[in-house]
Amino acid sequence: MELDPRGQRFAATLTSVVLIVVLATGWGWLALIQSVIFAITAADPRRGPYPLIYRALVLPRLGPPAVREPAAPVRFAQLVGCVFLTVAAIGYLSGGTALGVTFAALGLLAAFLNAAFGLCVGCEAYLAIRRLTARSAA
Amino acid sequence: MASGRIACHSEDMTAGLIVLAVVLVAGTAIGLWRRSTDGRFGVTDESGPAGQPIDAALLAALGADRPADATLLQFSSAFCAPCRAVRRISGEVAALVPGVRHVEVDAESHLDAVRALDIWRTPTLLVLDADGREIKRATGVPAKPQLIAALGAAIKR
Repeated sequence: MELDPRGQRFAATLTSVVLIVVLATGWGWLALIQSVIFAITAADPRRGPYPLIYRALVLPRLGPPAVREPAAPVRFAQLVGCVFLTVAAIGYLSGGTALGVTFAALGLLAAFLNAAFGLCVGCEAYLAIRRLTARSAA
Repeated sequence: MASGRIACHSEDMTAGLIVLAVVLVAGTAIGLWRRSTDGRFGVTDESGPAGQPIDAALLAALGADRPADATLLQFSSAFCAPCRAVRRISGEVAALVPGVRHVEVDAESHLDAVRALDIWRTPTLLVLDADGREIKRATGVPAKPQLIAALGAAIKR
Protein backbone atom coordinates (compact mmCIF):
# COMPACT_ATOMS: atom_id res chain seq x y z
CA MET A 1 0.00 0.00 0.00
CA GLU A 2 1.25 3.47 -0.86
CA LEU A 3 -0.11 6.59 0.82
CA ASP A 4 -0.40 10.28 0.10
CA PRO A 5 2.17 11.86 2.47
CA ARG A 6 0.11 15.04 2.73
CA GLY A 7 -2.70 13.00 4.25
CA GLN A 8 -0.31 11.80 6.93
CA ARG A 9 0.79 15.36 7.73
CA PHE A 10 -2.85 16.42 7.86
CA ALA A 11 -3.69 13.58 10.25
CA ALA A 12 -0.70 14.54 12.41
CA THR A 13 -2.04 18.10 12.53
CA LEU A 14 -5.48 16.97 13.68
CA THR A 15 -3.83 14.65 16.20
CA SER A 16 -1.76 17.53 17.55
CA VAL A 17 -4.87 19.66 18.03
CA VAL A 18 -6.64 16.83 19.85
CA LEU A 19 -3.63 16.21 22.10
CA ILE A 20 -3.31 19.91 22.86
CA VAL A 21 -6.92 19.81 24.07
CA VAL A 22 -6.21 16.65 26.08
CA LEU A 23 -3.23 18.23 27.82
CA ALA A 24 -4.99 21.53 28.44
CA THR A 25 -8.14 19.97 29.89
CA GLY A 26 -7.05 16.57 31.23
CA TRP A 27 -9.95 15.08 29.28
CA GLY A 28 -9.33 11.35 29.65
CA TRP A 29 -12.17 10.24 27.37
CA LEU A 30 -10.78 12.31 24.53
CA ALA A 31 -7.42 10.60 25.05
CA LEU A 32 -9.21 7.27 24.77
CA ILE A 33 -10.99 8.36 21.59
CA GLN A 34 -7.65 9.39 20.10
CA SER A 35 -6.12 6.02 20.95
CA VAL A 36 -9.02 4.30 19.16
CA ILE A 37 -8.48 6.57 16.15
CA PHE A 38 -4.83 5.52 16.14
CA ALA A 39 -5.85 1.87 16.27
CA ILE A 40 -8.27 2.17 13.34
CA THR A 41 -5.72 4.08 11.25
CA ALA A 42 -3.01 1.54 12.05
CA ALA A 43 -5.30 -1.22 10.81
CA ASP A 44 -6.24 0.60 7.60
CA PRO A 45 -4.39 3.87 6.93
CA ARG A 46 -6.84 4.84 4.21
CA ARG A 47 -9.98 4.40 6.28
CA GLY A 48 -8.95 5.98 9.56
CA PRO A 49 -11.11 8.93 10.64
CA TYR A 50 -8.49 11.59 9.89
CA PRO A 51 -7.55 10.19 6.45
CA LEU A 52 -11.25 10.07 5.59
CA ILE A 53 -11.64 13.74 6.54
CA TYR A 54 -8.56 14.49 4.43
CA ARG A 55 -10.00 12.69 1.44
CA ALA A 56 -13.36 14.41 1.78
CA LEU A 57 -12.27 17.98 2.51
CA VAL A 58 -8.62 18.54 1.59
CA LEU A 59 -7.67 16.23 -1.25
CA PRO A 60 -10.24 17.62 -3.71
CA ARG A 61 -8.63 21.04 -3.33
CA LEU A 62 -5.06 19.75 -3.78
CA GLY A 63 -5.29 17.24 -6.57
CA PRO A 64 -3.41 13.94 -6.68
CA PRO A 65 -0.06 13.62 -4.90
CA ALA A 66 3.22 13.87 -6.77
CA VAL A 67 4.85 11.23 -4.58
CA ARG A 68 3.56 8.43 -2.41
CA GLU A 69 5.10 6.84 0.65
CA PRO A 70 4.96 3.26 1.87
CA ALA A 71 2.34 2.48 4.48
CA ALA A 72 4.47 0.43 6.86
CA PRO A 73 6.15 3.30 8.77
CA VAL A 74 2.83 5.13 9.04
CA ARG A 75 1.10 2.09 10.50
CA PHE A 76 3.95 1.56 12.95
CA ALA A 77 3.75 5.18 14.08
CA GLN A 78 -0.04 4.92 14.53
CA LEU A 79 0.43 1.79 16.60
CA VAL A 80 2.96 3.46 18.88
CA GLY A 81 0.60 6.42 19.21
CA CYS A 82 -2.21 4.06 20.14
CA VAL A 83 -0.14 2.49 22.91
CA PHE A 84 0.93 5.87 24.29
CA LEU A 85 -2.58 7.31 24.24
CA THR A 86 -4.06 4.19 25.82
CA VAL A 87 -1.63 4.57 28.72
CA ALA A 88 -2.46 8.28 28.89
CA ALA A 89 -6.20 7.56 28.93
CA ILE A 90 -5.77 4.97 31.67
CA GLY A 91 -3.78 7.54 33.61
CA TYR A 92 -6.33 10.31 33.29
CA LEU A 93 -9.39 8.12 33.86
CA SER A 94 -8.01 6.39 36.92
CA GLY A 95 -6.89 9.59 38.62
CA GLY A 96 -3.20 9.06 37.79
CA THR A 97 -2.95 12.43 36.09
CA ALA A 98 0.86 12.45 36.03
CA LEU A 99 0.82 9.30 33.91
CA GLY A 100 -1.81 10.79 31.63
CA VAL A 101 0.06 14.04 31.18
CA THR A 102 3.40 12.31 30.55
CA PHE A 103 2.15 10.01 27.83
CA ALA A 104 -0.10 12.57 26.21
CA ALA A 105 2.89 14.94 26.13
CA LEU A 106 5.09 12.34 24.43
CA GLY A 107 2.35 11.69 21.91
CA LEU A 108 1.99 15.40 21.23
CA LEU A 109 5.73 15.83 20.77
CA ALA A 110 5.83 13.14 18.09
CA ALA A 111 2.65 14.36 16.35
CA PHE A 112 3.79 17.99 16.46
CA LEU A 113 7.24 17.19 15.03
CA ASN A 114 5.53 15.29 12.24
CA ALA A 115 2.89 17.91 11.53
CA ALA A 116 5.12 21.00 11.71
CA PHE A 117 8.44 19.63 10.37
CA GLY A 118 7.64 16.36 8.65
CA LEU A 119 9.89 14.49 11.08
CA CYS A 120 9.19 10.84 11.80
CA VAL A 121 10.40 10.27 15.35
CA GLY A 122 9.76 6.54 15.29
CA CYS A 123 11.74 6.12 12.09
CA GLU A 124 14.74 7.89 13.61
CA ALA A 125 14.55 6.07 16.91
CA TYR A 126 14.40 2.73 15.15
CA LEU A 127 18.05 2.65 14.04
CA ALA A 128 19.32 4.05 17.32
CA ILE A 129 17.47 1.34 19.23
CA ARG A 130 18.69 -1.40 16.90
CA ARG A 131 22.23 -0.12 17.16
CA LEU A 132 22.18 -0.22 20.93
CA THR A 133 20.39 -3.49 21.46
CA ALA A 134 20.98 -5.86 18.58
CA ARG A 135 23.89 -8.21 18.54
CA SER A 136 26.02 -7.78 15.44
CA ALA A 137 25.71 -10.04 12.48
CA ALA A 138 29.00 -11.52 11.25
CA MET B 1 -11.12 9.05 41.87
CA ALA B 2 -12.13 8.81 38.25
CA SER B 3 -12.15 12.11 36.37
CA GLY B 4 -15.25 13.25 34.55
CA ARG B 5 -15.16 15.14 31.28
CA ILE B 6 -12.89 17.89 32.55
CA ALA B 7 -10.22 17.47 35.21
CA CYS B 8 -11.57 18.47 38.60
CA HIS B 9 -8.32 19.72 40.06
CA SER B 10 -7.02 23.09 38.98
CA GLU B 11 -3.44 22.13 39.89
CA ASP B 12 -3.68 19.23 37.45
CA MET B 13 -4.94 21.51 34.72
CA THR B 14 -2.12 23.95 35.37
CA ALA B 15 0.38 21.13 35.16
CA GLY B 16 -1.14 20.04 31.87
CA LEU B 17 -0.93 23.55 30.45
CA ILE B 18 2.67 23.95 31.54
CA VAL B 19 3.63 20.61 30.03
CA LEU B 20 1.77 21.56 26.87
CA ALA B 21 3.76 24.78 26.56
CA VAL B 22 7.04 22.94 27.23
CA VAL B 23 6.27 20.34 24.56
CA LEU B 24 5.43 22.93 21.92
CA VAL B 25 8.50 25.05 22.67
CA ALA B 26 10.80 22.02 22.83
CA GLY B 27 9.27 20.58 19.67
CA THR B 28 9.78 23.84 17.80
CA ALA B 29 13.39 24.04 18.98
CA ILE B 30 14.08 20.44 17.98
CA GLY B 31 12.44 20.89 14.59
CA LEU B 32 14.33 24.07 13.79
CA TRP B 33 17.65 22.59 14.94
CA ARG B 34 17.12 19.51 12.83
CA ARG B 35 16.20 21.65 9.85
CA SER B 36 19.46 23.58 10.23
CA THR B 37 21.68 20.49 10.41
CA ASP B 38 20.00 18.39 7.74
CA GLY B 39 21.98 18.01 4.55
CA ARG B 40 24.99 19.91 5.88
CA PHE B 41 28.40 18.45 5.18
CA GLY B 42 30.42 18.51 8.39
CA VAL B 43 34.18 18.49 7.96
CA THR B 44 35.56 15.34 9.52
CA ASP B 45 38.35 15.99 12.01
CA GLU B 46 41.50 14.76 10.31
CA SER B 47 43.74 14.64 13.36
CA GLY B 48 41.58 12.10 15.14
CA PRO B 49 40.81 8.50 14.30
CA ALA B 50 38.64 9.69 11.47
CA GLY B 51 41.82 10.82 9.71
CA GLN B 52 42.79 7.19 9.24
CA PRO B 53 41.47 5.23 6.30
CA ILE B 54 38.52 3.07 7.19
CA ASP B 55 39.37 -0.57 7.81
CA ALA B 56 39.61 -2.31 4.43
CA ALA B 57 37.76 -5.39 5.63
CA LEU B 58 34.89 -3.21 6.82
CA LEU B 59 34.69 -1.50 3.45
CA ALA B 60 34.82 -4.85 1.70
CA ALA B 61 31.90 -6.10 3.78
CA LEU B 62 29.93 -3.06 2.62
CA GLY B 63 30.89 -3.55 -1.00
CA ALA B 64 32.69 -0.21 -0.94
CA ASP B 65 36.27 -1.35 -1.50
CA ARG B 66 36.51 -1.28 -5.28
CA PRO B 67 38.93 1.40 -6.49
CA ALA B 68 37.50 4.82 -7.19
CA ASP B 69 38.63 8.44 -7.03
CA ALA B 70 35.92 8.97 -4.43
CA THR B 71 33.10 6.91 -2.96
CA LEU B 72 29.69 8.11 -1.84
CA LEU B 73 28.83 5.65 0.92
CA GLN B 74 25.15 5.94 1.85
CA PHE B 75 23.57 4.31 4.90
CA SER B 76 19.83 3.81 4.43
CA SER B 77 17.06 1.98 6.18
CA ALA B 78 13.61 0.72 5.34
CA PHE B 79 11.51 3.34 7.13
CA CYS B 80 13.21 6.30 5.54
CA ALA B 81 11.67 8.58 2.93
CA PRO B 82 14.69 10.96 2.69
CA CYS B 83 16.92 7.96 1.85
CA ARG B 84 15.29 7.73 -1.56
CA ALA B 85 16.09 11.37 -2.25
CA VAL B 86 19.73 10.87 -1.26
CA ARG B 87 19.92 7.77 -3.45
CA ARG B 88 18.64 9.75 -6.41
CA ILE B 89 20.97 12.72 -5.87
CA SER B 90 24.02 10.54 -5.21
CA GLY B 91 23.30 8.43 -8.26
CA GLU B 92 23.00 11.50 -10.44
CA VAL B 93 26.23 13.00 -9.12
CA ALA B 94 28.10 9.69 -9.47
CA ALA B 95 26.97 9.51 -13.07
CA LEU B 96 27.98 13.11 -13.63
CA VAL B 97 31.46 13.07 -12.09
CA PRO B 98 33.90 10.51 -13.51
CA GLY B 99 35.64 8.18 -11.06
CA VAL B 100 32.98 8.52 -8.38
CA ARG B 101 31.17 5.46 -7.11
CA HIS B 102 27.89 5.41 -5.15
CA VAL B 103 27.41 2.57 -2.70
CA GLU B 104 24.19 2.23 -0.72
CA VAL B 105 24.10 0.06 2.39
CA ASP B 106 21.19 -1.09 4.56
CA ALA B 107 22.11 0.12 8.03
CA GLU B 108 20.22 -2.58 9.82
CA SER B 109 22.09 -5.37 8.01
CA HIS B 110 25.47 -3.87 8.86
CA LEU B 111 25.27 -2.88 12.51
CA ASP B 112 29.03 -3.50 12.91
CA ALA B 113 29.75 -0.79 10.39
CA VAL B 114 27.06 1.43 11.85
CA ARG B 115 28.76 1.29 15.24
CA ALA B 116 32.30 1.53 13.87
CA LEU B 117 31.47 4.54 11.71
CA ASP B 118 29.29 6.22 14.34
CA ILE B 119 26.09 6.20 12.31
CA TRP B 120 22.99 7.12 14.31
CA ARG B 121 20.52 8.27 11.66
CA THR B 122 19.58 7.46 8.15
CA PRO B 123 20.23 8.75 5.63
CA THR B 124 23.89 9.30 6.41
CA LEU B 125 26.14 9.91 3.43
CA LEU B 126 29.90 9.51 3.82
CA VAL B 127 32.26 10.97 1.23
CA LEU B 128 35.38 8.78 1.06
CA ASP B 129 38.58 9.56 -0.82
CA ALA B 130 40.57 7.09 -2.91
CA ASP B 131 42.24 5.62 0.21
CA GLY B 132 38.96 5.00 2.01
CA ARG B 133 39.43 7.96 4.32
CA GLU B 134 36.24 9.73 5.39
CA ILE B 135 36.46 13.35 4.23
CA LYS B 136 32.97 14.61 4.98
CA ARG B 137 29.59 13.30 6.00
CA ALA B 138 26.03 14.55 5.95
CA THR B 139 22.82 13.36 7.56
CA GLY B 140 19.56 14.21 5.88
CA VAL B 141 19.28 15.27 2.26
CA PRO B 142 22.14 17.39 0.85
CA ALA B 143 21.71 19.76 -2.05
CA LYS B 144 23.45 18.68 -5.22
CA PRO B 145 25.88 21.65 -5.36
CA GLN B 146 26.95 20.95 -1.76
CA LEU B 147 27.50 17.29 -2.63
CA ILE B 148 29.60 18.13 -5.66
CA ALA B 149 31.66 20.58 -3.58
CA ALA B 150 32.22 17.88 -0.96
CA LEU B 151 33.40 15.54 -3.69
CA GLY B 152 35.81 18.19 -4.85
CA ALA B 153 37.46 18.13 -1.44
CA ALA B 154 37.72 14.34 -1.58
CA ILE B 155 39.10 13.97 -5.10
CA LYS B 156 41.84 16.58 -4.85
CA ARG B 157 43.53 14.62 -2.08
